[in-house]
Amino acid sequence: MFELLGISPQVLFGQLLLGLINGSFYALLSLGLAVIFGLLNIINFSHGAQYMMGAFVAWMLLTYTGINYWWALALVPIIVGAFGVGIERLMISKLYHLDHLYGLLLTFGLALIIQGVFRNEYGVSGLPYSIPAELSGGQNLGFMFLPNYRAWVIFASAIVCFCTWFAIERTRLGAYLRAATENPTLVGAFGINVPRMITLTYGFGVALAAFAGVLAAPIYSVNPNMGADLIIVVFAVVVIGGMGSILGAILTGFGLGIVEGLTRVFYPEGSAVVIFVIMAIVLLLKPAGLFGRAAS
Amino acid sequence: MKLRTLALASLAAILMAGSAMAQTSVKIGVLNDRSGIYADLSGEGSVIAAKMAVEDFDAAAKGINVEIVSADHQNKPDIASNIARQWYDQDGVDAIFDVPTSSAALAVAEISRDKNKIFMDSGAGSADLTGKACSPNTVHWTYDTWALAHGTGSALVKEGFKKWFFLTADYAFGQALEKDTSAVVTENGGEVVGAVRHPFPGTDFSSYLLQAQASGADVIGLANAGGDTVNAIKQAAEFGITQAGQKLAALLIFITDVHALGLETAQGLVLTESFYWDMNDQTRAWSKRFAEQNGGNMPTMVHAGVYASVLHYLKAVEATGGTDATAVMAKMKEMPTDDPLFGKGEIRADGRHIHDMYLFQVKSPEESKGPWDYYKLLATIPAKDAFRPLADGGCDLVK
Repeated sequence: MFELLGISPQVLFGQLLLGLINGSFYALLSLGLAVIFGLLNIINFSHGAQYMMGAFVAWMLLTYTGINYWWALALVPIIVGAFGVGIERLMISKLYHLDHLYGLLLTFGLALIIQGVFRNEYGVSGLPYSIPAELSGGQNLGFMFLPNYRAWVIFASAIVCFCTWFAIERTRLGAYLRAATENPTLVGAFGINVPRMITLTYGFGVALAAFAGVLAAPIYSVNPNMGADLIIVVFAVVVIGGMGSILGAILTGFGLGIVEGLTRVFYPEGSAVVIFVIMAIVLLLKPAGLFGRAAS
Repeated sequence: MKLRTLALASLAAILMAGSAMAQTSVKIGVLNDRSGIYADLSGEGSVIAAKMAVEDFDAAAKGINVEIVSADHQNKPDIASNIARQWYDQDGVDAIFDVPTSSAALAVAEISRDKNKIFMDSGAGSADLTGKACSPNTVHWTYDTWALAHGTGSALVKEGFKKWFFLTADYAFGQALEKDTSAVVTENGGEVVGAVRHPFPGTDFSSYLLQAQASGADVIGLANAGGDTVNAIKQAAEFGITQAGQKLAALLIFITDVHALGLETAQGLVLTESFYWDMNDQTRAWSKRFAEQNGGNMPTMVHAGVYASVLHYLKAVEATGGTDATAVMAKMKEMPTDDPLFGKGEIRADGRHIHDMYLFQVKSPEESKGPWDYYKLLATIPAKDAFRPLADGGCDLVK
């Protein structure tokens, strides 16, 4: 068998697959961020907290009401999305006429508050959430043991990413949304309720984060800091992909998951910084990001 | 008018000076992680433990006025240093307690030495605190990497688990734990086949676990702590690594981690700790009082260490009649220690507190009789064998 830099192909394929799994989370989260930024021009710093809420609400549904994982997958995005809609109506909508910075500060503050509340209530050690019985166990692929649940994560994430991309880039509703960001006044003149559309878009972005949270609950510990640890990386993914680019967010999400996975084999100490190194290089060479259009 | 004010002021000053003579004021700072991955094993619980020590010592009745302050160092050495400096320079803090995260603890030890104040560590692990980096101002109370390595490491090697692979948190503590355990493994005829250092804190350990699996080791030694250990154990179960026959050794795991994992996942783990709530009547009574104030959660050995170290510190303050660091430290090392949680012990010249350590195994769900009934005792490691011999640490204070 061939060997690459002293790493056997078994290990290499395993790591590529693992990278893809982590990439699934990056893709889902950065997609939500990109949708919100692309259509609302708001840098949603509470995205990590909303992802964490998704995991917690799934845990609460199971613990307090006995609602299982599959229902949670459908219900949690609606519940947390509705929470997002409330936030948009009550607070974020007041900031549209101000600089980006105000939206960033508001959502950052919200993230700290949400995390603080959960930390006070549940501590930081994390809560257990079991893998649903249908997806426990795994397949021996020869080069690695792939837990069924992880395979499901890749599958679910790819489907959701594709549907979102399709809805925004290829449907009439998506066309309205994109038009509304270019020129809200004109679109409003055609009889479309632009503020409501924007509210629902924010709610949708938040729902995507919550969906990722439910996916993450059985494999990472459900704890108040789970979002804070991830959000910085996800922001880097969005910046590399190009702020506001839907396709860019998805492709870079999966791609950087793989790059990070490989770094964990060749130079594990650097795996926490590799994404930021790439971000710096991309910003120097292509300031609008890999898939972004330069601001006119 | 002016004269009268002056007279009043001097009268007030005399009165205040009078009361100050009868009273010793002590200000102690509990510095630890209050929001991150170590917040449940130290955090507010350590403040509760310190308060309980002040109560049990009955400080007020002995004319000692104790004030407790606390802060969050976020597991970052730079933040820990800033807070320690401010506490010593501006806020009049006499002694700092707890300080988990070895890199932060080493920084605070340095500052305490410069400012000649007392530093009593409970939460951090690096054995360097009483070795290469020892200081006349440091006491290291609860456990250290040498003790953990010898407890868990030698027990497993003797059971026949010879080939080790380490999954190490990439900072002072993880590196020290890996180094100390490697030494024990090779000493006992085992072999270290590889190691991978992961950024701290991490979330996804599957990549590293797969590398560990490919190495063909008998044991994967987890040289990390808190949430990192919890996640690594969960993911090892998910990827079928433990089922495939490799054993996990959690070199440092706290009861709060076992609680978070659940017995289903944690059962069978072998671990070394210096305190467990269900040891005897005294530890049970104390832990029950503690849990009432801590939302029903039982104390970790770090909480117990903060309690015992504050108690011993206050005894020394009473004996010397003041807070002068040099005098108090001399007294603390001269007096044998005695408290309900660690029993009788002593503080060595290098600052190491000596007590028994225990080798535990996590119970299976069937064996456990209720919440927090998690450990069964495998062996008691007597105090004289539990810690690194005084001469081997490379500490300048030992001639």
